[in-house]
Amino acid sequence: MSLLEIKKLHAAVNGKEILHGINLEVNEGEIHAIMGPNGSGKSTLAGVLAGRDIYSVTEGQVLYRGKDLLQMSPEERAREGLFLAFQYPLEIPGVNNSYFLKSALNAVRKHNGLDELDAMDFLHLLKQKTKIIGMDESFLNRPVNEGFSGGEKKRNEIFHMAVLEPKLSVLDETDSGLDIDALKSVSEGVNRLRSKENSTIVVTHYQRLLNYIVPDFVHVLVDGVIVKSGNKDLALKLEELGYDWVRENVQQTV
Amino acid sequence: MFNKQYKNMQSADKNIQWYKSRFEAFEQGLNGEKSKPVHALRRNAFRIFSENGFPTTRQEEWRFTNISPITKIEFQPVLNFEANGISKADIKEYTVAGAARAVFINGMFSKELSDTGMLPDNVIIGNIANVLEEDTGTVQPYIDRMASAPENAFTALNTAFLRDGVFMLVPKNTIIERPVQLIFLASDSKYAYAAQPRNIITVESDSRCKIIETYIGLAGNTYLTNTVTEILLHENSHLEHNKLQVESLNAFHIGTARIIMHARSNYTSNVFSLGGSLVRNNIDVVMDAESSECTLNGLTLGTGTQVIDNHTAVDHAKPNCSSRELYKSILGSESRGVFNGKIIVRKNAQKTDAQQANRTLLLSDNAVMNTKPQLEIFADDVKCTHGAAIGQLDDEQIFYLRSRGIGLDAARDILTLAFAGDVINKITIEPLRFQVEKIVFNSLDNSKARQKRKTVSV
Ligand SMILES: Nc1ncnc2c1ncn2[C@@H]1O[C@H](COP(=O)(O)OP(=O)(O)O)[C@@H](O)[C@H]1O
Ligand SMILES: [Mg+2]
Repeated sequence: MSLLEIKKLHAAVNGKEILHGINLEVNEGEIHAIMGPNGSGKSTLAGVLAGRDIYSVTEGQVLYRGKDLLQMSPEERAREGLFLAFQYPLEIPGVNNSYFLKSALNAVRKHNGLDELDAMDFLHLLKQKTKIIGMDESFLNRPVNEGFSGGEKKRNEIFHMAVLEPKLSVLDETDSGLDIDALKSVSEGVNRLRSKENSTIVVTHYQRLLNYIVPDFVHVLVDGVIVKSGNKDLALKLEELGYDWVRENVQQTV
Repeated sequence: MFNKQYKNMQSADKNIQWYKSRFEAFEQGLNGEKSKPVHALRRNAFRIFSENGFPTTRQEEWRFTNISPITKIEFQPVLNFEANGISKADIKEYTVAGAARAVFINGMFSKELSDTGMLPDNVIIGNIANVLEEDTGTVQPYIDRMASAPENAFTALNTAFLRDGVFMLVPKNTIIERPVQLIFLASDSKYAYAAQPRNIITVESDSRCKIIETYIGLAGNTYLTNTVTEILLHENSHLEHNKLQVESLNAFHIGTARIIMHARSNYTSNVFSLGGSLVRNNIDVVMDAESSECTLNGLTLGTGTQVIDNHTAVDHAKPNCSSRELYKSILGSESRGVFNGKIIVRKNAQKTDAQQANRTLLLSDNAVMNTKPQLEIFADDVKCTHGAAIGQLDDEQIFYLRSRGIGLDAARDILTLAFAGDVINKITIEPLRFQVEKIVFNSLDNSKARQKRKTVSV
């Protein structure tokens, strides 16, 4: 079943159009990779999906679980199971990670007609998830991302994902800033959270991550347009030939 | 323009006539006490008050805070105790678990609601009215010293009608584990009254204690709290002084604290200002001997059209003292905050280390903050820093919280509380800290309902 359908999406920031007609369909259980050079619009696409209001959609449509995603507030999207792992996770001084997640999870549960978790059950859940992600429990009581290293922030994003159990996760450059061991363990966490119902969009500009999180589809985004789609071999080819190869290819076909 | 000013002056004048008549009535009711030394202090203070009148915005110290609303109302000074039907249930929400408690209703001591029995036997704690009556001579020197400098009109007015308040003396080498909570209740009333408690707290050498002043308006009525707390810290004594102010939103609150510090003493003040339509806190610290440390923290929460003014003054009179100051304000609706932080470093006060920070979070476009550091440094080998920042909630942070499913209002509340958190966390009395956190959090919700801010729509 189709979970996400992006149709002819155009989006602008500060009056400048960045996305020039994106089409993408993601079905339940699939992993899609979106690759592209710096500045091609990957984070813009992720931000539009999550509902960041600095981006304005000028044309097109996005259906999420059959509903008009663009009409929903960011919190509604999250409560409906959409998750964005930020390329640059924010630091929230004064708000500890577990309090933050408790507010988030209970808001999501309430929306979905579930009871709020009490303190004991919640703590139990958190501890269980830290194990899946391979995160030290001491991070629970620290202010969200404050003083975390780049890699710790990325791991914390995946931890949030593990706790919130989204249907569709968009991971924006989760690999950047991770050393190889961290990359492996974070990928392992993502893989453990996979299921037949859940889908993931992995945004990256290196092929490396895709050795660990193996995509069903790879799309190449250049200058706000998906210029090429294929299977995981496309990523390998890109790695070998570089983005210029796609650019030239596109120009030839035009 | 001229006419209007003239009219105001007339009303202020009329107001002084009002207090004159009240003072005369007060004297007539005093009988024997009129001949006691304390009454000479009252008379002197009233003379000063009636000569100088109330301050105006033309005076530097009052530039941003126009107190003329106070001069337009004839507040009846409360001189006798009335229970006003108040029971323990009314204060339950505000009592701090485990603390000894002295309770005042409209400035007058309530024996029934108080409980100080669990304090160490050598600690002297009583109410001033009672202490004056007994007139043992032990307290007179303290009263003389405290009341001798009524340069401020409100302090003068408080002294003129001096009647009740807390007298507390912690003798040498005494550590009081239990906090001492002073609760000042303002009752509902058909007429406007002035509650003017006077508190005198002395901590002798090598002693330690923690106190809490809690000011509560039980109803939404208009009244004036004009309170003065005088503190004397002897050598190597420690005091943590918390103040939680949740007066009626139609009330006026003028709160003055004067602290004299002797060598190696340590003073921490945590002031939480939530209630009141017009609020002025004056905190004057004199570091009168070497090697003392003082820390002044404050959190202000403004909603509606509240005006909340914090004036602090730290006088580094002697060498080797340090002061740390963190004042934060959260201002919504059309509220206004004022912070004036004076630091004086006297000529011989070498090796002074003074830091001051004032941070403001504006939750609405119509809220205003006036902030002014005022450094007067006469010594050359000193370290003094100060900084002021005024900002708004960060849109990216709000979005981050929302992207996890937290609603817009809750996201704003969480971030606002986080801003307040480092001041709240200065409270070392755990039940008080939880209480303040809860009250602050609940008032954030309230302020939101009242405040017609433009919501960010997506
Ligand atoms: N807030 C912004 N204001 C102006 N330009 C922006 C803003 N955010 C992104 N852009 C521009 O949009 C383009 C795409 O950026 P982005 O989506 O972050 O690319 P990627 O994530 O693929 O590196 C870039 O040219 C970038 O400079
Ligand atoms: Mg990016």
